[in-house]
Amino acid sequence: MKKAEHLLSQATLQKSPTGIQGFDEITAGGLPAGRPTLVCGSAGCGKTLFGIEFLVRGTTLYNEPGVFMSFEETNEELIKNVASLGFDLEDLIKHKKIALDHVHIERSEIEETGEYDLEGLFIRLGYAIDSIGAKRVVLDTIESLFAGLLNQMILRAELRRLFRWLKEKGVTAIITGERGEDTLTRQGLEEYVSDCVIMLDHRVTEQTSTRRLRVVKYRGSLHGTNEYPFLIDETGFSVLPVTSLGLEHKVSNERISSGITELDKMLEGKGYFRGSTVLVSGTAGVGKTSMAAHFAEAACKRGERVLYFCFEESPSQLMRNMRSIGINLEPWAHRGLLQFQATRPTFYGLEMHLAVTHKAVNAFNPEIVIMDPINTFILGDTENEVKSMLMRIVDFLKGNQITALFTSLTSSESALESSDVGISSLIDTWLLLRDIELNGERNRGMYVLKSRGMANSNQIREFILTDNGVKLRDVYVGASGVLTGSARIAQEAHENAGLLRQKQDIERKRRELERKRKVMEARVAALHAEFKSQESEALKNLEAEQEIIRLQKMDKIEMAASRKSVTEKRKTKKHTKP
Amino acid sequence: MKPMNEKFEVKTKRKKPPKAEDNKWVLRLYVAGQSPKALTAFANLKKICEEQLEGKYSIEVIDLLINPQLGNEDQILALPTLVRKLPVPVRKIIGDLSDTERVLVGLDLFHVD
Repeated sequence: MKKAEHLLSQATLQKSPTGIQGFDEITAGGLPAGRPTLVCGSAGCGKTLFGIEFLVRGTTLYNEPGVFMSFEETNEELIKNVASLGFDLEDLIKHKKIALDHVHIERSEIEETGEYDLEGLFIRLGYAIDSIGAKRVVLDTIESLFAGLLNQMILRAELRRLFRWLKEKGVTAIITGERGEDTLTRQGLEEYVSDCVIMLDHRVTEQTSTRRLRVVKYRGSLHGTNEYPFLIDETGFSVLPVTSLGLEHKVSNERISSGITELDKMLEGKGYFRGSTVLVSGTAGVGKTSMAAHFAEAACKRGERVLYFCFEESPSQLMRNMRSIGINLEPWAHRGLLQFQATRPTFYGLEMHLAVTHKAVNAFNPEIVIMDPINTFILGDTENEVKSMLMRIVDFLKGNQITALFTSLTSSESALESSDVGISSLIDTWLLLRDIELNGERNRGMYVLKSRGMANSNQIREFILTDNGVKLRDVYVGASGVLTGSARIAQEAHENAGLLRQKQDIERKRRELERKRKVMEARVAALHAEFKSQESEALKNLEAEQEIIRLQKMDKIEMAASRKSVTEKRKTKKHTKP
Repeated sequence: MKPMNEKFEVKTKRKKPPKAEDNKWVLRLYVAGQSPKALTAFANLKKICEEQLEGKYSIEVIDLLINPQLGNEDQILALPTLVRKLPVPVRKIIGDLSDTERVLVGLDLFHVD
């Protein structure tokens, strides 16, 4: 049992956290503790700084003092150089937390005569380590020795001994090395330091430079294998571990207003989901920025913090322009709720943008992030890279429950639905602004192309910029298509006239009907009258005929009587006809 | 004048900075303990000095194992290292000084005969 435990503890490599932002995440804990690590890269890629920060963070965060042995810069230079990054080395040296030792070799001063070793270096380093109880050591750049000493055989043997000695001392060491033609380092140091190799790179593509870091090798540990962008700024080194954080972010059911009442109505009357990603795309001058400004203003009114990245306008220009449509962002900026980050996209490489975004977001801790516009990035970089960068930004923001609004400029030639950067699949709510050119006018239309998780309106609305901000109007959709602007007004008038005509028509028809009814009724009455007269005629005839019949009967009786007596017959006649 | 024996005397305390006396050679030999290389170097140095600079030189031996902090001043890396403090300019010769010719070149004592 004990043996198994022992084996296990041996199996898991002890790590020494560097305290460098993001680096410990890539390496799952930092550098291998008690072992040397090779940090290589070309000139100016940040090797020295990596080493310095490793020591400074080590002593300030983890209470592990460190020795910095410099073969290039003097102590004074070093102190001055890193002061700009906020490291007060002098103070740390005074408190015996860091020891600097500048090793200087002047080739011209040195004559080599016979056998020697580098015991002097060992003693110096050992003395420095012991004097402050150092746990960390940086040798920067030990390859300079090759320029100062001629006997390479001795040098190589001594270096091998040095790294073994460092391991025995149990210090976590960083050895920096200049990058060689085909090898990681010019002098093949990777041969001696083989536990962990980190490569720093400073690449320029399309005139923008990006710093990248890669863990080439890490014995006995898992590590991220990608190239990670990193950043050197006034707070030091920061590496971005994000490639993709996976799709595990929490979601919120909270809804936040878009700042435009009519638009909220189109989105179930509530607006966007918190933490969702909104894309506003459209051609030039359709009002994308105005929508972003509305959103920002609404958020500030709720007391939320907004980080606004503007890549095309300066903050003051943006604020001036937005004032013209009645959105005053200035007070919010003064109150610190709204922060602008204005840079030209070409100012850095993509990774750098990502890094800057990360840093800015982490520093400002906003609820809302606006990027206006995102597709200016494409200028120098391929679409794929832009997409992967935006994906990382989206993932990062979502992971932090930050609502993001991006604007994207679509060129009028390409299909409107194809957002240039092809990030449509990353977007939760996509608002499309488009020009509607009709009757010599150019008007704006807006519709919700998609909105995940809500019943959005399918209507196209006319988008009007007024002195009081954006207004959305119902557009006229008729037989002749979508009408906007004056065409809409004309159409409305036209429609009103038509309506009136129709009304009159109906009235006329009704009157006609009435007349017909009257005619019908008159006819009926006439027929009735005619019938009546005929009826009475007929009845009279009938009576007359009946009389005749009766008279005939009487005559017959009389005749019968007359055959018996004439007088009787006369009497009867008198009797019947008074 | 120190006796020329196998071992050398180690200065544990620094002397006052050497004064620029007329034609006085001030040499300093850095070593790490009584290693074979150190002993060879000391013997070789002694021999060369006796031959070339008789009576006008002083040798200070500094053992960095005893006084490690003394190595910084002369930027000592390799051991043994001989430093010519005077006359200026400072010259450094590393190794066991077995190549007499190169030592003479290094000390600027080489005369073309």
